[in-house]
Amino acid sequence: MQKLFSVPDTDGYYGEYGGAYIPEMLFQNVEQLKEQYLDIMSDDSFKNEFNALLKDYVGRPTPLFHAKRLSEKYNTTLLLKREDLCHTGAHKINNTVGQVLLAQRLGKKRIIAETGAGQHGVATATVCALKGLECIVYMGEKDMQRQQPNVARMQMLGAKVIPATSGSKTLKDATNEAIRDWINNPIDTHYIIGSVVGPHPYPDMVARFQSIISQEIIAQLSSEYGVKSPTRVMACVGGGSNAAGAFYHFLDQPNVEIVAVEAAGHGVHSGMSAATTQLGVTGILHGSKSIVMQTSDGQVVEPHSISAGLDYPGIGPMHAHLFSSGRGVFMSATDEEAMKAAFEVSQLEGIIPALETAHAFAVLNNMKFGKEDLTVICLSGRGDKDLSTYMSELKLKQS
Amino acid sequence: MNSRIQHLFDQHPKRVLNVYFTAGYPHLDSTIEIIKQLDASGVDLIEIGMPYSDPLADGPIIQESSSKALSNGMSIELLFKQLSALRSFTSIPVVLMGYMNPVLQFGFDRFCQEASKCGIDGLILPDMPVIEFQRTYSSVLKKNHLNMVFLVTPETPEERVRLLDRCSSGFLYAVSSSSTTGKDKDFSRVEQYLSKLKSYNLSNPILVGFGIHNADTFNAVTQLADGAIIGSAFISILTNKGVDPATINDFVKSIKGN
Ligand SMILES: Cc1ncc(COP(=O)(O)O)c(C=O)c1O
Repeated sequence: MQKLFSVPDTDGYYGEYGGAYIPEMLFQNVEQLKEQYLDIMSDDSFKNEFNALLKDYVGRPTPLFHAKRLSEKYNTTLLLKREDLCHTGAHKINNTVGQVLLAQRLGKKRIIAETGAGQHGVATATVCALKGLECIVYMGEKDMQRQQPNVARMQMLGAKVIPATSGSKTLKDATNEAIRDWINNPIDTHYIIGSVVGPHPYPDMVARFQSIISQEIIAQLSSEYGVKSPTRVMACVGGGSNAAGAFYHFLDQPNVEIVAVEAAGHGVHSGMSAATTQLGVTGILHGSKSIVMQTSDGQVVEPHSISAGLDYPGIGPMHAHLFSSGRGVFMSATDEEAMKAAFEVSQLEGIIPALETAHAFAVLNNMKFGKEDLTVICLSGRGDKDLSTYMSELKLKQS
Repeated sequence: MNSRIQHLFDQHPKRVLNVYFTAGYPHLDSTIEIIKQLDASGVDLIEIGMPYSDPLADGPIIQESSSKALSNGMSIELLFKQLSALRSFTSIPVVLMGYMNPVLQFGFDRFCQEASKCGIDGLILPDMPVIEFQRTYSSVLKKNHLNMVFLVTPETPEERVRLLDRCSSGFLYAVSSSSTTGKDKDFSRVEQYLSKLKSYNLSNPILVGFGIHNADTFNAVTQLADGAIIGSAFISILTNKGVDPATINDFVKSIKGN
């Protein structure tokens, strides 16, 4: 069989990346998941409940919006996949609906999650409230400060938010704490990872839940534009879940260009960056082999991005494979460029994007578009949670 | 060729005490001093932790000692330098414990060669997948005469315990429940678990770790297992009292008896 870019092998490897590098304390939980996730996900009662919630609760399908003024500026056609219109304001809920339904079928009563920007935490807390499950969210102390509205939302939804105070006090450290919680609660707890990272089967499972994004893009392109596929698909990449979802059904169509945008922070080589593919080497982080930002001594480094959701020193194994195989084009945008792009999208299209999402728009300047190209950009989330960061930029502009 | 660990267990010792400490903690150059004092105070086996930025399988005390050790400047490269004369002053079995990422970055083959050159007897790498061990790493370890210790937990089913036992050499590391505190009701569960392991008649001796912190817990688990591993409790001693020979000696004696 021909090797696919979208699906890992039976051991969870995309090329050389993936696998399950976990301590024995996690083995039974991860093994149970590995043995059951595909069966559960293909079960009719699961599919019916999942699809009904995506439609009536999340609000899917999300529109594929022709951004005319932006398109005019770049002299091409730009289509925005409006994940910002999902309930809770980002793509993250596609995955949490799926994983909560799965956790229920595994008999789990307690849900834990990590969160960076707070979007995954909010999405987890939301579905836990809907289903009456206990919810604990680990969040870096630094992220709790810069994403305060989301902390309040999680608390209002009845979740307990626990600050991660080690290391850089951001997403990596929140993930460590969530994994420790799972080690200490091996029976009743399901860990909902928020991106296509972690040990196999998480990257594949999360990618499958998010693949609804490209499934809808295909249907929308066909009915609204009469084509089967776009010229290219673009998305920002933290761990890589919105990108995995937007790319999924196009990965094994070689004619579709795949563009992933990482966070360069103050600049790729500034020492304050989160551009993992540019700065990392093969390593192991949070249970899978991937590309990891680390010192020559193998210590994971503390990354930097203005956006909490991209402030992560790793990348999902699927994306590591897309990068190293050359299947994907990897670009990066600095804090400043992302900030500028956020204002541009807001003022040209009347859509305030999340800071994470703004990175995908920030590279448009550096790209060559054909006039006839159809480019789909995954608008992964809305910017309400980032208003305080945007407001300080506004003040700077005024002074 | 039998390792020092196998040699130790060949003599059917009772109540083997393995003490863990983090290399480079409390001070960058504490490593050798701590080994000497543990050896002198009657410890049977020493486990040296190689500090890592993201030690998932460790609790907060060891995690903190790791960050401190890293900020002190500890690295695998430096640890091997410190250990280069290990066998000139002690014959106590020594295992290295750490995580896959720094070891892979160092180079797995090179790591095993260097460890072997220093007279290290075995490795504990909690996040090494069994399947990768069987495919890739087992032969490298064998070539360098290093034992490999896998972990089992109360949730590990019998078939997998047997697999992990077959992959292990030296000893098998039985993770007790993290809430072990002596004689409370949780402890009866640990007893059940250890009795179950004992009934399997495994090929490796069993050392119990996690939550063993004093004579009571040590005595209790060594009724059913070959020995126990003390980590956090010893790190706390180092944190509070520094590398002090009398304190270390008292601590070890308080657990093992005289
Ligand atoms: C709106 C939005 N986009 C993107 C991301 C990055 O995550 P991923 O790369 O998994 O899509 C986040 C993470 O918090 C987010 O909130």
